[in-house]
Amino acid sequence: MTGFILRRTLWTVLVMFVITLLVFVIFFKTPGIDPARSLAGRNPSPQVLAEIRHQFGLDRPFPVQYLVMMKKLFVTRDLVSYSNQGQQVFPEIVAAAPATLSLVFGAAVIWVVAAIGMGVAAAVLRGTIFDPLLMIIALIGISMPVFWLGEVANLITQSKLHGTPLFSWVPPLGYTPLTQNPVLWFEGLIIPWITLSVLYIGLYARVLRASLIEIGNEDYVRTARAKGLTEQRVLIRHTLRTSMITFVSLFGLDFGVLVGGGALLAEVVFGIHGVGYLTYQSLSNLDLPVIMATVVYGAFFIVLANTLIDVAYAWLDPQVRIS
Amino acid sequence: MTATAATARQRAIAAPAARNPWAIAARRLWRNRIAMAALVLFGLIVAVSLAAPLYAHDIAHVNPFVNNLNGTTVVNGHTVPIMQQGGGVLKLGENPIGPTWDIQHYFLGADNLGRDVATRLLYGGRSSLEIGIGSALICCVIATVVALIAGFFGGVTDALLSRLMDLIWAFPVYLLAISISTVLLTRANGMQLGPLHLVAGSLWLPTLIIAFIYVPYVYRPVRGQVLSVVNREYVEAAIAQGASNLRLIFSEILPNVVSVVIVLFPLMIATNILTESALSFLSIGVQPPSASWGTIISDGQQLLYTRPWVSLAPGIMIVLTVLSLNVLGDGVRDALDPRAKVRGRVTAGQAAAVGGPGQFSTASVPDVPEVPDR
Repeated sequence: MTGFILRRTLWTVLVMFVITLLVFVIFFKTPGIDPARSLAGRNPSPQVLAEIRHQFGLDRPFPVQYLVMMKKLFVTRDLVSYSNQGQQVFPEIVAAAPATLSLVFGAAVIWVVAAIGMGVAAAVLRGTIFDPLLMIIALIGISMPVFWLGEVANLITQSKLHGTPLFSWVPPLGYTPLTQNPVLWFEGLIIPWITLSVLYIGLYARVLRASLIEIGNEDYVRTARAKGLTEQRVLIRHTLRTSMITFVSLFGLDFGVLVGGGALLAEVVFGIHGVGYLTYQSLSNLDLPVIMATVVYGAFFIVLANTLIDVAYAWLDPQVRIS
Repeated sequence: MTATAATARQRAIAAPAARNPWAIAARRLWRNRIAMAALVLFGLIVAVSLAAPLYAHDIAHVNPFVNNLNGTTVVNGHTVPIMQQGGGVLKLGENPIGPTWDIQHYFLGADNLGRDVATRLLYGGRSSLEIGIGSALICCVIATVVALIAGFFGGVTDALLSRLMDLIWAFPVYLLAISISTVLLTRANGMQLGPLHLVAGSLWLPTLIIAFIYVPYVYRPVRGQVLSVVNREYVEAAIAQGASNLRLIFSEILPNVVSVVIVLFPLMIATNILTESALSFLSIGVQPPSASWGTIISDGQQLLYTRPWVSLAPGIMIVLTVLSLNVLGDGVRDALDPRAKVRGRVTAGQAAAVGGPGQFSTASVPDVPEVPDR
């Protein structure tokens, strides 16, 4: 186990190094790009350009430039946005994090519950019309772009049916912090939660159904049936339990990706000012320092989350450790 | 007597054809009604999109890439301006004309710049499909070649290439795409990539970016298949005959791994179309004045409550296209490999791919375990 953790940690460090190197090369070394000009945002003054060149050590050798950037990202954390009058990037990201976390947490609860329900229902109802029906619904769910689904949801709940009692409770778009008004926080997030979870409900229901059916054919499940356990008990104690291993590891990764910035599209459509929204705003005015920071921090979060999941996985399942 | 001989001959001719695995697969796919319906739907969408210039020129008589703020069109025989005064929730300012449901005159209405949405939808479909299919092709070719090299030579080559793929894999897909796209977009005058000159608004940029980020997703299953084939007897027999490495790779191994690629191909197109639409929606995919389904949805965002069809129509097109490809992909997999060779338990690494793109579909993750009915 120690050996596994050690190997996995080394790999994580290597991945992180390569990610920063890659981001550095993409942002600073793409042929024909003047990094000072890209960092400065639109129409920079010569003074700003000169200041950036000096600050980022752009007149010095490659490794120094890389180290300067790393220092700015991780040690001093004083990267500033030039498009936004020298606004510090790091505090901005920290301030945006709660909105992203609220969105992803809620969606995760919905998608886990709904996907388990749907996957189990499809597997149990195999052979009836409901199984293919549920799977087609799941397939439609994973074929919809989330930003479009969000717009449709907005159209219905904010405009077309907002006047009816069905959706009159939906507050205007935007995010209210939990500490400020918990009721409004909840009401404002319900539609975004559902929208964001649709894709994952479809995906997880498909994975779960397949895995339940596969495991249902294993010998130990047959033994359980043979010794006279009820179908319900076989399902809950034997098949579902084993399927959960895959389900949980998948869940950890998706959760990491969403918190790391994957919720971007949902945040944009619903005007939730989280980390993804910050990236989006920076994209529209090509504010590279912010994009660079959100990309690197997001990627780091995801890689770390993956490492933790792998370690937990290895702890639960000894087979993984050996390979 | 002659009749029996003829039947026997027919049988002799028919039998080998039936034993050809490709013919068997094709027949199985042909019998799969749902998959064939999906194929027809996809074919229709492609055909309609290809007909975009025809529609623009001969039916709608509009140029969908030029602003038309002062133009007029005909509704019920009356000439009306395209940008109408006093629209919107507040009944102030200008509002583009809504759907006329008249195939010749602004069928789906106009967007903020007075351009015909229906025509843009068709042209947008062309871009989206070109990018989706193009990047899936490039991605599959690169991934297959790398997988063949890695699996065939093994040892250090395999280790290096596989680690490289793992690294790309570990980088969250959409963050990679955002980084590359933003930097390339800051260049107004395009760039030189080998023999290819990319203009700033070129469709090649999103195509190549999307192709690149998904290479590891195709690489993994293909390499696995190469490894399982590379030590088979027929490969050994070819070696014994003195076949060159190239011949071994391309005429012995490739034909036996290509089914995996074919199964993945429609699913990759679906994934790529979703990725493209998301990038375009974020304004870092297809650049104006070109249109894609993603950019039209983005254009329609401001008009959502007044002219919802601008956003609704391209979204419906995306859903239909991606859904048909996903269904077709499932069908192809069942046809080529009823026991689902491509499947595999979702391990932690593969799951990264599943979660990888965040929003950009995991939809069509190749490795979703699927079990044949027994």
